[in-house]
Amino acid sequence: MSSTPKNPPPLRRLAPVLEPGHTYASVTDKISAIVLTRPAGIAWFLGISLGFGLVMILGMALAYLIAKGTGIWGINIPVGWGFAIVNFVWWIGIGHAGTLISAILLLLNQKWRTSINRFAEAMTLFAVACAGIFPLIHTGRPWYAFWMFPYPSAMGIWPQFRSPLIWDVFAVSTYGTVSLLFWFVGLLPDLATLRDRSKSRAGQMIYGILAMGWRGSARHWHRYQSAYLLLAGLATPLVVSVHTVVSFDFAVAIVPGWHTTIFPPYFVAGAIYSGFAMVLTIAIPLRKFYGLEDFITMRHLENMAKVMLATGLVVAYGYMMEFFMGFYGGNKYDTFLAWNRLHGPYAPFYWSLILCNIVIPQLLWFHRIRTNVVVLFLLSLVVNVGMWLERFVIVVLSLHRDYMPSAWGRYSPTVWDWATYAGTIGLFVTLIFLFVRALPVISIAEMRELVAHTSEEKP
Amino acid sequence: MWWSLVLRPQLVCSPHKRNANMAQIFHRSSNFVARATLVLALSAGGLALAVIGGLARSPYLTNQNVARQQPVQFSHKHHAGDVGIDCRYCHTSVESSAVAGLPPTKTCMNCHSVLFSNAGYLEPVRESFRTGQSIAWVKVHRLPDFVYFNHSIHINKGVGCASCHGPVNQMPLLWQASPLLMSWCLDCHRNPEPNLRPKSEIFNMDWKAPANQAELGKKLAAEYKLRTTAELISCSTCHR
Repeated sequence: MSSTPKNPPPLRRLAPVLEPGHTYASVTDKISAIVLTRPAGIAWFLGISLGFGLVMILGMALAYLIAKGTGIWGINIPVGWGFAIVNFVWWIGIGHAGTLISAILLLLNQKWRTSINRFAEAMTLFAVACAGIFPLIHTGRPWYAFWMFPYPSAMGIWPQFRSPLIWDVFAVSTYGTVSLLFWFVGLLPDLATLRDRSKSRAGQMIYGILAMGWRGSARHWHRYQSAYLLLAGLATPLVVSVHTVVSFDFAVAIVPGWHTTIFPPYFVAGAIYSGFAMVLTIAIPLRKFYGLEDFITMRHLENMAKVMLATGLVVAYGYMMEFFMGFYGGNKYDTFLAWNRLHGPYAPFYWSLILCNIVIPQLLWFHRIRTNVVVLFLLSLVVNVGMWLERFVIVVLSLHRDYMPSAWGRYSPTVWDWATYAGTIGLFVTLIFLFVRALPVISIAEMRELVAHTSEEKP
Repeated sequence: MWWSLVLRPQLVCSPHKRNANMAQIFHRSSNFVARATLVLALSAGGLALAVIGGLARSPYLTNQNVARQQPVQFSHKHHAGDVGIDCRYCHTSVESSAVAGLPPTKTCMNCHSVLFSNAGYLEPVRESFRTGQSIAWVKVHRLPDFVYFNHSIHINKGVGCASCHGPVNQMPLLWQASPLLMSWCLDCHRNPEPNLRPKSEIFNMDWKAPANQAELGKKLAAEYKLRTTAELISCSTCHR
């Protein structure tokens, strides 16, 4: 590099994955301090109060739902799927970034995953928890939800294995379980660090129990790394499978706008798109408030922005293909659907979707945008909104005008729809806030490894 | 023993033993406690599932084999068994209707205006006859409202009364002989042939399947023009 000729434009030096000057101790100190020594601060209390207030609203909305039934929502024929399914798909999509970062990027040996995998995985788990509420309550009689599991029932029948609802149960519960295991196994050395550094007896006991006797012996590390790699291998197909199955919820039905073969790949891309947007939404305030700029560097933010740009383009291709097929296929219902999206009663939603998901994110082509933290944060919010609109368009626009005009209708959410949605956001926020104070947001053990690697390759 | 650790936590965490760096947070026996917890949690979960599954099939929830008190000391054993009255004398609509039908008090009085006409335990029957107020019989076989069970189709397709109701002619107080679980319904709907009998034996309480029932069942199924298994176990056969 030292003898670069003057003629070609100078290569832009990538920001480091870890700012220089860190040692094993400084990394450990800085990350564990968030949990062990630093006071919570007023901002944290304000944030969690807001989140927990929304959780209370969620509790109220769910209690009222169970008492009264799904009639309190805006759903009716023909739009029998409303916010519940929109929000389910939105949340489960957000959950995708965690596994992608932790599993696929691990197997691809991407070092920059190290400082974001822990909280991205936590985010995944919390998003799956929020997502899991919706399919449960949308059945109307959640107390019979166990019927969806294949158990030797006194009814003498098995669940309908040809139903996507059952596929969802398996896809989402497998995803949740593997993500939780992966997260927990990754946490083990860090839990031991917290146990050893904790000053309080309660902290030592709690982290000690969770650390499951981790002493950091060579044998421990050997087994840990095998287990971690195996779990990464297990989790990799799940990145693709879960949202594929979720897309089948729609694609196996014959509703125009749902019955499309492009749905699985387009859903997976959309899921990763929204997942990375949510990781950015969390990472940017996190690094700011806890001074983690050294660990979550511009390199991370820029890489995530690039993943967003790439998956956003796949999503844009999906929209384009839907339109192309609407006209090229010659099916009058599909053609009408395309027209209805552009000009129908919900056209503003569709145009906002195009604006949020396709037009505005094109800004990410510019290096200056990708490295501007504030703009990046705003962009991540825009994509979150856009991906929610996408699911709204898929669910509501396809259902409200399908075949016979006499069977058309409209859908508008009620206050309970909004309360449930806002409530799950509150649940998500609450869990994130608790997580930040209870567990290391960045993997200490892996950061130490990174210190070792980066000190080796000093220029 | 290990549970003393739970009762006396100071064994697990004894502060006086700690020195600056190399303190043990947990007593050595914690390893055993941890493993025991895993084993116990798993077996407790399995046990809980087994208990729930067993309870769902038990008479406690199905009411199987529980004799019910009735407002009148009516004995099916006496009437259907000892005296030999045909089921249809009282349950008149069983061959033509969804419900078998409960007899009006007049049916009782056909005989009891003459027989045991002064018996004390028949006073509720006579009172019902005088006042026109029906006797409040206690229903023994309750199916859920979403099951559209039809007696006549079963009778006309060769299922005998005793196949579901058991040996009613031996029941002083009636009890539910079958669990009435959906799996029990489906056992027969999936494979009805072992339970088919000739038309003449439908109301025979003592009929036993002959040695060649496999052959006979097949023949009867064809004769009765039974629907295919797929149709018999279709949801809308019983639920509408």
